[in-house]
Amino acid sequence: MDWQGQKLSEQLMQIMLVAFAVVAFITGYSIGSFQTMLLIYTAGVVLTTLVTVPNWPFFNRHPLKWLDPIEAERHPKPQPVAPKKKSTKQH
Amino acid sequence: MHSFVYRANALLTFAVTILAVMCAMASFSDNLNVPSPTAEVQVLNINWFQKHPNGNDEVSLTLNMSANLQSMFTWNTKQVFVFIAAEYETPLNSLNQVSLWDGIIPSKEHAKIWIHTTNKYRFSDQGSNLRGKEFNLTLHWHVMPKTGKMFADKIVMTGYRLPDEYR
Repeated sequence: MDWQGQKLSEQLMQIMLVAFAVVAFITGYSIGSFQTMLLIYTAGVVLTTLVTVPNWPFFNRHPLKWLDPIEAERHPKPQPVAPKKKSTKQH
Repeated sequence: MHSFVYRANALLTFAVTILAVMCAMASFSDNLNVPSPTAEVQVLNINWFQKHPNGNDEVSLTLNMSANLQSMFTWNTKQVFVFIAAEYETPLNSLNQVSLWDGIIPSKEHAKIWIHTTNKYRFSDQGSNLRGKEFNLTLHWHVMPKTGKMFADKIVMTGYRLPDEYR
């Protein structure tokens, strides 16, 4: 899952869960059934799990572009320089 | 959000948090219901009334109760526990409560009650104070919710009196 996909997954999860909770509470309260509220919410949680937890292809639409290895070799990593002598300008 | 387990964990914790909020709201919604139960209890007969050798008075009553407790039930009510207590004052104790009958009402459909019964539990006093005693019959109830706070209240019915002599 790429960066955009992770963000999308988290937002989807939060929005879906809150939406299902609101629908479940309103439905349960208006028909007077606590059980209905729990059933709707459970169904919502299961659906949200299926949508946001597996690594679906639509979470991978923005792959990172890494530099080619050859390109990387042209710009070698700066080697660590020999440790400087301690400055002795302590008058 | 980078791995399967991390996403599953985040979803589960958020889902349970929301569930807790929903339960709190359901419990809060009980406050919007103002119950108006009605109850009426008659003492049909004093079956017997005697003093035990140990000095305690005991009386057996036949009661007839009709009550409508349907307004107590909301969508968040699991069951209602009701009991009838005889309450009276003696020189030693300012409040004596003797439970005479109780019951569990499982649903709104069963909340219209009509009962004809002798006292289920013994009505005996600690002492011999019952002759000619004025007493109240009080219907107590505890509303047990599916989630949240339990409510309790009562209806006090006054004007009952035990006979002056044993029989």
